[in-house]
Amino acid sequence: MPADYMGWLRREGRIVIVGASLAGLRAAETLRAEGFAGELTLIGDEPYEPYDRPPLSKAVLLGMASPHHTELPHRREIDAKWRLGVAATGLDLAAKRVRLADGDEVEYDRLLIATGVRARPWFKEEEARLDGVCLLRTRDDAVDLYRRLKAGPRRVFVIGAGFAGSEVASACREMGLPVTVAERAGAPLVGALGGVIGAVASDLQLENGVDLRTHVTVTGLEGDAVGRVRAVHLSDESVVEADVVVVSLGSLRNTEWLAGSGLGAGPRGIACDAGCRAFDFRGIVTDDVFVAGDVARSPHALFGYQFLSLEHWGNAVAQAQTAAHNMICHGADRRPHLWMPAFWSSMFGVNIKSVGVPPMGEQLMITQGSPAERRFVGVYGYQGRMVAAVSFDNTRWLEFYQRQIERGAPFPVEFPTTDRRPEGRQPVDADFPDPSLPSHGPMVTLSGYSPADQQLVFHPARH
Amino acid sequence: MPQASLLRQITDFANRANPYPLYEELRRTPVLHEADGPYVISSYYDIEALLHDPRISSDAAKMTATGDDELSEPETTGLPPSFIRLDPPEHDRLRRIANSSFGPPHRPTRIDSMRGELAQIVTDLIDGFGDARQIDVVDGCAYPFPVTVICRLLGVPREDEPRFRAWVDPIVAGLDPDTRTSAESERVAQEARLQLGMYLNGLVEQRVKEPRDDMLSDLVNSRGPDGAMTTMEVLTTAVLLLIAGHETTVNLITNGMLTLLRHPEYLQRLRQDPILSVKIVEELLRYEPPVQLLPQRTCITDIEVRGVTIPKGSRIWLVLAAGNRDPERFKDPDRFDPDREDLQHLGFGSGIHSCFGAPLARLEAQIALSELARRLENPRLVEDPPPYRPNAVLRGPRHLNVDFDGLNP
Ligand SMILES: Cc1cc2nc3c(=O)[nH]c(=O)nc-3n(C[C@H](O)[C@H](O)[C@H](O)COP(=O)(O)OP(=O)(O)OC[C@H]3O[C@@H](n4cnc5c(N)ncnc54)[C@H](O)[C@@H]3O)c2cc1C
Repeated sequence: MPADYMGWLRREGRIVIVGASLAGLRAAETLRAEGFAGELTLIGDEPYEPYDRPPLSKAVLLGMASPHHTELPHRREIDAKWRLGVAATGLDLAAKRVRLADGDEVEYDRLLIATGVRARPWFKEEEARLDGVCLLRTRDDAVDLYRRLKAGPRRVFVIGAGFAGSEVASACREMGLPVTVAERAGAPLVGALGGVIGAVASDLQLENGVDLRTHVTVTGLEGDAVGRVRAVHLSDESVVEADVVVVSLGSLRNTEWLAGSGLGAGPRGIACDAGCRAFDFRGIVTDDVFVAGDVARSPHALFGYQFLSLEHWGNAVAQAQTAAHNMICHGADRRPHLWMPAFWSSMFGVNIKSVGVPPMGEQLMITQGSPAERRFVGVYGYQGRMVAAVSFDNTRWLEFYQRQIERGAPFPVEFPTTDRRPEGRQPVDADFPDPSLPSHGPMVTLSGYSPADQQLVFHPARH
Repeated sequence: MPQASLLRQITDFANRANPYPLYEELRRTPVLHEADGPYVISSYYDIEALLHDPRISSDAAKMTATGDDELSEPETTGLPPSFIRLDPPEHDRLRRIANSSFGPPHRPTRIDSMRGELAQIVTDLIDGFGDARQIDVVDGCAYPFPVTVICRLLGVPREDEPRFRAWVDPIVAGLDPDTRTSAESERVAQEARLQLGMYLNGLVEQRVKEPRDDMLSDLVNSRGPDGAMTTMEVLTTAVLLLIAGHETTVNLITNGMLTLLRHPEYLQRLRQDPILSVKIVEELLRYEPPVQLLPQRTCITDIEVRGVTIPKGSRIWLVLAAGNRDPERFKDPDRFDPDREDLQHLGFGSGIHSCFGAPLARLEAQIALSELARRLENPRLVEDPPPYRPNAVLRGPRHLNVDFDGLNP
């Protein structure tokens, strides 16, 4: 190894990024911005330049944005070799090589893994293949779903009322389409925001004409003679006729290609340290493999060093930047990824945003506005501390709560606010489902308790 | 006390042309408090935090509850407070109704669709310079342009400008912290506000009978999920929009032209590339913001800022222009640099009270500056600094005389 390895790496090293989407692109830009002059390769299995996903379940479904025009803007020239439309199929950690589906191999000095997640498919394969059964993760998915909605189906059926499923239902209603939503929990968004806020989301759906079925699961999809989906069977024995079914059951991490590589990668993502360096399966940190984005799972000091895996746009950007910075820095100049989790969504005309880790909260207080008016801020508390906040149509206040969370502000919240109502004076149980029971992927999953605890916890299958 | 004099120096007209050295001094005490005075906040991050702090009130009525500030009497007589002097939920309701006829989601293209019309107004004004080889940018363009625009948008007859001018001036003077020291000017401002409201009421009554395609009609006929505004609410909103719709933009354009004349390389680049006006206007909002400070906030509970406890009921000034040049936030803050990578500012405030008219103000300034740059041949400042308007809050030159060699077509 050259004496000045880092200087050499920055000048003429080879960096490979697997996963050419949001995290991959932002990492590449940061590498160049911070002076990396070596060879940069981006490998992506989708045939497209990096594009943005959040519009796919919002503006795109409404026909307000074309799925072909959600490319992510480039913030600077990155002068990279693009290997698009070809998947990485394996990793040789010792030889520092990535294997590709076309048989090629690419050598690296530093590797960034940003392969994200994919939609969890319907668990009965044959039914999943029925015409009209859709997923929504990629641009191709969005093109297909948009086309089907545009054709005016008699009824759309959404399986799963998380953020994505609820957004799809919202788009359907806005297009005037009848839509049924089935949810195993007692309300939409329960995994992410708890039952109290879930109840508000329920009302929102019902008011907007969604046929919302809670405490049920879908047991089967029924096709017609020519293989088109025609009905959905539910655990309460009811049958709903629908010609489009959107499966919105959370996601699976794209880690299979790393099987046998020795990296600490599995169904819960790739564990890494706060500096985005991946762990190998023995729990030892690598120094040349980094991870960022939806596929990563990293410890956050503010939340008890729990390993958070966040499927959040903002996290992908921030983590990519930190990973890229650390990839070309000496130890002392490295930065921890301490991004404050933040998520936004919009549905039924309401902007929803959260900061912090709501599922960690045990109790909830409404500190501004009122859920009855669908405009409020709710604060989540855990063991005397504020750990998260959520807003409905009140986004502009969240920065304040973010700072409170960062400072470990006490809970219950005592201070008055300009819009504090009597109903928000006492904390209530936030009403999250029992974590030992299976649920459809909450947006945030937590595991492990201290920096020393790197045990993988496998949850039971969700069906 | 030296601190007391610092605040007095800032409001002192003698320092209007260049308050920035004073702001620099101000930032050395991030939470400045002089006897009986407001708590003055001048660092970028603190201002930004307080603008998002739900324990800070903008409510005119809550300010007097403190008793230590007889000058900001609630607007008891005449018109009720406009939404900039209210807290949620009332603020939110009124602002949403107003917005439903102005911006997204209901009218996402209203402002952008005025582009052609705005350009035409500027063209006409510049054509009006005729054979002159010296003009006052303020009287010739920076003032009449936004006035014409806000009149059209609201549906106020442009010819009535001399009439409403007589009421607008004392209202704006009432915003000046210096004149606020006189209860008399406060009374005069209230009286003027009432008069302006009554004048607008005449127009509103017409719009009830015969709605047109203007904001006054939209305001009186609002029927969204938030219901309708009362007539009094329509009037205070209209007063607010009429005044805020031009009193600030005139300074943005004038400060802009002055800054460009002081930085001819950007004037030159803008002449060749009108798109640069987007960045120039953002940087102007940082470098020479038309609203220098927000004097109308109170805290409704004890709050802590940089280790200082500001007691419940205290008045708080947020000095946006000082935050905009905070070296803790911006590299080389005293340099005018539209090319900076991270073009951010507090020029429009932030949080729920962030400038309602921002999209319009931006577009007006972009169009005015790029047209002035393109058409004035070899423009030169006649005097530097130019004479300033008295107001310390809404700061900008009263006149900006410019020599030039001719007009490009
Ligand atoms: C419909 C939808 C709506 C969303 N809305 C919001 C929202 O409102 N707010 C929010 O905060 N977040 C939202 N998100 C989440 C957000 O889009 C993600 O957090 C973000 O895309 C993560 O970026 P990433 O680069 O980590 O992963 P991804 O965007 O998943 O990119 C990973 C890329 O790697 C590719 N890849 C996978 N395996 C391989 C392999 N072996 N070889 C090569 N390439 C591979 C994938 O095909 C993909 O292109 C939404 C997501 C979706 C799908």
